[in-house]
Amino acid sequence: MYIYDSIDRTFVTERVAEFRDQVARRLSGELTEDEFKPLRLMNGVYLQLHAYMLRIANPYGTLSSQQLRRLAHVARRYDRGYGHFTTRQNIQFHWIKLEEIPDALADLAEVGMHGMQTSGNNVRNLTTDQWAGVAPDEIEDPRIWAEIIRQHVTLHPEFSFMPRKFKICVGTAAHDRAALRIHDLAFRLHRNEAGEAGFEVMVGGGLGRTPFLAQTIRPFLKKRDLLSYVEAVLRTYNQFGRRDNIWKARIKILVHDLGAEAFAKEVEAEWQTIKDGPLALDSAAVAEIASRFVYPDYEALEDSPPAFTAARRADPQFDRWVDNAVNNHKKPGYAIVTISLKPEGGTPGDATAVQMDALADLADRYSFGEIRIGHEQNLALPHVAQRDLPAVWRALDALGLAIPNIGLVSDIIACPGLDYCSLANARSIPIAQEITRRFRDLDRQRELGRLHINISGCINACGHHHVGHIGILGVEKNGEEFYQITLGGKADDHAELGALIGPAVPYAKVADVVEDIAAAYLALRTSRDELFIDTLKRTGIEPFRDRIYAAH
Amino acid sequence: MPLIENGRIVEDRHVRVGPDDPIPERVPIIVPAQRFLAEADALIRRDGSLGIDWPNDRRVAELEPWLGHLALIALNFPKFKDGRAYSQARLLRESYGFGGTLRATGDVLRDQFHFLVRAGFDSFEVKKPADAAVFAEVLARYSVYYQPGADGRLPAARQRLQSDAAPKISEAV
Repeated sequence: MYIYDSIDRTFVTERVAEFRDQVARRLSGELTEDEFKPLRLMNGVYLQLHAYMLRIANPYGTLSSQQLRRLAHVARRYDRGYGHFTTRQNIQFHWIKLEEIPDALADLAEVGMHGMQTSGNNVRNLTTDQWAGVAPDEIEDPRIWAEIIRQHVTLHPEFSFMPRKFKICVGTAAHDRAALRIHDLAFRLHRNEAGEAGFEVMVGGGLGRTPFLAQTIRPFLKKRDLLSYVEAVLRTYNQFGRRDNIWKARIKILVHDLGAEAFAKEVEAEWQTIKDGPLALDSAAVAEIASRFVYPDYEALEDSPPAFTAARRADPQFDRWVDNAVNNHKKPGYAIVTISLKPEGGTPGDATAVQMDALADLADRYSFGEIRIGHEQNLALPHVAQRDLPAVWRALDALGLAIPNIGLVSDIIACPGLDYCSLANARSIPIAQEITRRFRDLDRQRELGRLHINISGCINACGHHHVGHIGILGVEKNGEEFYQITLGGKADDHAELGALIGPAVPYAKVADVVEDIAAAYLALRTSRDELFIDTLKRTGIEPFRDRIYAAH
Repeated sequence: MPLIENGRIVEDRHVRVGPDDPIPERVPIIVPAQRFLAEADALIRRDGSLGIDWPNDRRVAELEPWLGHLALIALNFPKFKDGRAYSQARLLRESYGFGGTLRATGDVLRDQFHFLVRAGFDSFEVKKPADAAVFAEVLARYSVYYQPGADGRLPAARQRLQSDAAPKISEAV
């Protein structure tokens, strides 16, 4: 956990006061909606189909139990008793009243939370691996670097009115669990031949109407140069990114139009002039930030304690959940528990205030008061002693949160879609709900194995459909909802964009098509060990296409 | 449109000269970029303070040879949302060492004041009189910032290192 000091607390409090004034000026008519819009967006306030929406930042997906309780309070006091966790590790409230937002933000500021830069044409909330600090394969905790960038870009005097939003991601592990290459700017920490750790710099990723994966513009950047390099990239984008067409305003278009090499040249020239200036990071400044991350006081434990292994043998349901939702921790005797927010018939990523409060209690009791949010819209308890796993499982089960479907076909990523969003062309949530009903049989899901479905209700791709093993994109045709299906996308170490399988299908047929795809996979795979995505890679999409369009 | 300099509403002493207007002598003038580039040699020899109006889609690097002769550069915000001139201002101040007046023009509203000041502007053509009236008040909204800025305030990271005043874990939220 990063612990706020008096500077951070003063800052968020002053930000709330400023926004309170801006809301008052809007309500009095002193500000037009056009003038107010960029101001509210910079504080995470959208105007959606039915109401205002407030998006709260959970920097790099880490929450304290106290913060989660406060989110539950906001859900209860200002919204309809639930919140929606997003693919960017944030949470949003969909039924909030504009005049109450300053109060909600003031309540959140008391626990070091805010909605700053969760929207608008600025640097958005920093994201990283949801297992930061606990994953066995990481070089070091990425959150320290994410926090250094986060502070630097907060209310930045130069980069608060860029051509478009800007998403930065930091990864430091051997495996990419943060979808680095779909970000505008991404840093991957790795060691060079001399054993020194530094960042690979990737730029120009993004989904939306014109999807691109980020390209590497610098294979190795020294840690001291992280901020000056961020500054040089943002300055290049701020000046030369397109502003004439909202669909061409993201940095990916600039990188594509100039070519990655020419773009890199522009950045490097700018960077040379500032790299030894005030943004060069010295070890004292890094150590200062690092010192305000507190880590659990772990016990010296052994892996696989008898109470845990006996429980696995005794209870097949517990065993199945462990197989699915529990991952290795870097400390012996501990585990990472992923909590599925994807119940059958539910809205992916939604959690009720009751669940949030109960999870905060569980985190206090079993996970050193810490909770994580992953981009797959699930939560995690990052520091659970293995001996406590049976108790944690029973408690989660009582809350309806012990569903062993992590990474399976019903663990669907979906945007809010036309049920909430004013940009959407089609509904996402009911499609997800129907698919989870079709695949309600957990044995069948396990038989299918790892299979990621991503659903977006419009071309903006908030559900990341381009990188779903099965991607579903809602479009509108003559006033009706249709869905384009892509296959083969992925956002891991070998990120790829999915390929369109054929003509769009109507709303009522989407779940049938997913079932056909699943059946095609079962027929085509060489063995149970060949994952869906691997079969697809081996066969290409044609055999899948043939079966699906033969059936309809 | 009220003009703010040194934190106060002041009279604008400058004459804005159009593309074809005669150039007045011995008064401060602001000329459009095109005209300046075409007549630079004559303009810099003229008696009187010289300012130029520079568009936000041209590189400020083009101005480098002339910076010593310019008393004022006006940078434009055609829309509140169009933030290119923030980069131009920082480049002029920090990379090219421009020490003259940097004036913000166009869609300049109160909620930009602290961004503008910290990017290096020191002259503001404010669109709404009500915004100009609260200039100082608006700048006092924030007592801390996270990054270095032209206002010379210490960014949070430096404050933390230089003072023990910043409480640490004991004041955890």
